Amino acid sequence: MIQLQKGVPLIDQHDENGYWGGKFGGNQIAESLNHPIEELENEFEKLRQDDTFIKERDYYFKNFIGAPTPFIKLENLTKYLGGAQIYCKLVSKATGGAHKAYNAVVHSLICRRLGKTYIGGDTGAGYAGKMLSMAAAKFNLKCKIFMGAKDIERQSINVFSMRSYGADIVPVNSGSQTLVDAVSECMRWWTSENEDSHMCVGSTVGPTIFVKICAWSTAQISREMKKQVIDEFGEVPKDMKLINCVGGGSSAAGFWNEWIDYDNVELIGVEAGGPEGSKKHAAPLTNDSPLGVLHGATQYVIQDNDGEIEETESISAGLDYPGVSPLHCFLKEAGRARYTSATDEEAIEAFQLVSKNEGFVSPSLEPSHAFAEAIKIAPTLSKDTIIVVDSCGDSAKDSKIIAERLGYKI
Amino acid sequence: MSSETLYKSFVNAEKKNRAALLTYTVGGDPNKSISLEIFREIAKSGVDIIECGLGHGANIGDGGAIQDSTYRALSGGIRTDDVFDIIKDFKDESEIDVIIMTYQNKIMSYGEEKFLEKCRESQVSGIICVDWPWPLNLKFSDKCKKNSITFIQLLCPTTNEERLNKILNDAHDVVYYISMLSTTGQKLKVSSNEIIERFQLIKKLSPEKKCIIGFGITADTINDFKKTDACVVGSALCREISNSINKELNPAINVGSMVRQLKDNLNS
Ligand SMILES: Cc1ncc(COP(=O)(O)O)c(C=O)c1O
Repeated sequence: MIQLQKGVPLIDQHDENGYWGGKFGGNQIAESLNHPIEELENEFEKLRQDDTFIKERDYYFKNFIGAPTPFIKLENLTKYLGGAQIYCKLVSKATGGAHKAYNAVVHSLICRRLGKTYIGGDTGAGYAGKMLSMAAAKFNLKCKIFMGAKDIERQSINVFSMRSYGADIVPVNSGSQTLVDAVSECMRWWTSENEDSHMCVGSTVGPTIFVKICAWSTAQISREMKKQVIDEFGEVPKDMKLINCVGGGSSAAGFWNEWIDYDNVELIGVEAGGPEGSKKHAAPLTNDSPLGVLHGATQYVIQDNDGEIEETESISAGLDYPGVSPLHCFLKEAGRARYTSATDEEAIEAFQLVSKNEGFVSPSLEPSHAFAEAIKIAPTLSKDTIIVVDSCGDSAKDSKIIAERLGYKI
Repeated sequence: MSSETLYKSFVNAEKKNRAALLTYTVGGDPNKSISLEIFREIAKSGVDIIECGLGHGANIGDGGAIQDSTYRALSGGIRTDDVFDIIKDFKDESEIDVIIMTYQNKIMSYGEEKFLEKCRESQVSGIICVDWPWPLNLKFSDKCKKNSITFIQLLCPTTNEERLNKILNDAHDVVYYISMLSTTGQKLKVSSNEIIERFQLIKKLSPEKKCIIGFGITADTINDFKKTDACVVGSALCREISNSINKELNPAINVGSMVRQLKDNLNS
């Protein structure tokens, strides 16, 4: 069995070829990307140690993204479910409405340090694209966002933001026209343009360096939450469960980062189970998908027995991805985190229940999957158990989809 | 002994004082029988070595033309075994060497050993894997060698000299120089001279290795490379297949004439 190392950041627990646990991750890329990736690796390792860079990062995290985001108790939901005490890390309060802001700011800062003037990125739910265009506008970078045609249609609210921030949106019409194709097209673009341009991968996927930068950026979530937890309870609770949705896995990686070494903290990842009764899903960890190579990294990936990536289906564009971060493959294999899935229907129900009970919390469809799991397990647990759900996105972008599902017009 | 015949194909071209011509088309595009017919026409038209794409949907190294070809093959139900069938049928009647060009997940999901066994059965001479860079590919390239299959290492304009040396050191007797930073099928954005300079550097570091030049080469530019070892044309042919299909013409005939044109231009 693969073992985690204590006291070593998760992002640094890979071998010299970039593999976590000897097999997850790596740089399975075209030779043309070897040079820019090495350049980025060197720059990132340097910047991580550079106090002025850290100060700069923290300045933008605090003043522009609004760190720390609230940590609140969901009193009504707790009472309604009658069991574990439910808390919420309201990451959706980050400027722009989701955790994608951290990665976007860090990549934009790195882009400037590299002396590059153009940045490109992929997006599914549109948050990664929205945040990258937002940061690019602030930092005077030209910005290109690759987005599946299906996602452009279903996440039009975030597309509107990207346009306002002046990004050039490239619709991707190949394959399933969702996130998987957007990432492919973005990598193709970078293969051609890497001399002047920087690429931001929108989640903890892609070649190892992108996994590292993204998780290093979202780690802000657990860094600030750890203080909030200790303020609230006076110590780390004896029995705490951290529930997060997992698409690519950037939100979960950041929410869990500071807690990996705490054995009494259970980590639960919730993937997209797709429509009830359908065979299509976007849950490679839950359903033991085979190991494969996608977007430059080895990971569990939904594929047929000929190595062709299969189409996934989820009501949530952000979770609609056939692969998953090598970090989560590693955490699963090491037995450190548990992965499960919630269906489209369960996510919608969770959205309703949370919004109605709590008012201030209105999760987008991605974190609604995490809430669905909390709702399932809370009643079976004692009041000494603390559940914290990462509400990493705001429902505004999903209003059209949810309203349609619930049968009303907006 | 496939890797031997592959090397000989380069030597034969060299003896005739010309660069070898390689073509790339996607195996199974637009279907099994026409794809085989295309290989036959290409063979008749003077090609030296055939590169056969084993298409992969997540083909992050490929531009539009090859994506279209791949999509046609895959959506027509072409599987890895079908591509091996096409190659085997072709090889049963031809001496021309065939190289497979593919992505790592195709090999991994098939099983490395089984993949190589199938390569031997269908008389594949070499393998190019777009997303399996040095040094991650070393174990597999050793396995290829044990099966007399040439694993073709990739080099590009930003492969620095230290890395170039290391790769060449581990490479089998054929390597591939990616002429520019791009996916397949884009317009040549560097000058032919720059490409030839890099080619000469590779030859200086490793004189006995044969070096294929690819990416962005069309009938208009191919003549610039007549003094090199070999060039490959792919997207232009895939585009021709698409055009022929759209016009309801026979793609094999049209690809064949394009290859004759390329061959003429290369040697004129
Ligand atoms: C709000 C939200 N949550 C979660 C995700 C899934 O991505 P990840 O698993 O990387 O956090 C997305 C992706 O777009 C998102 O927008």
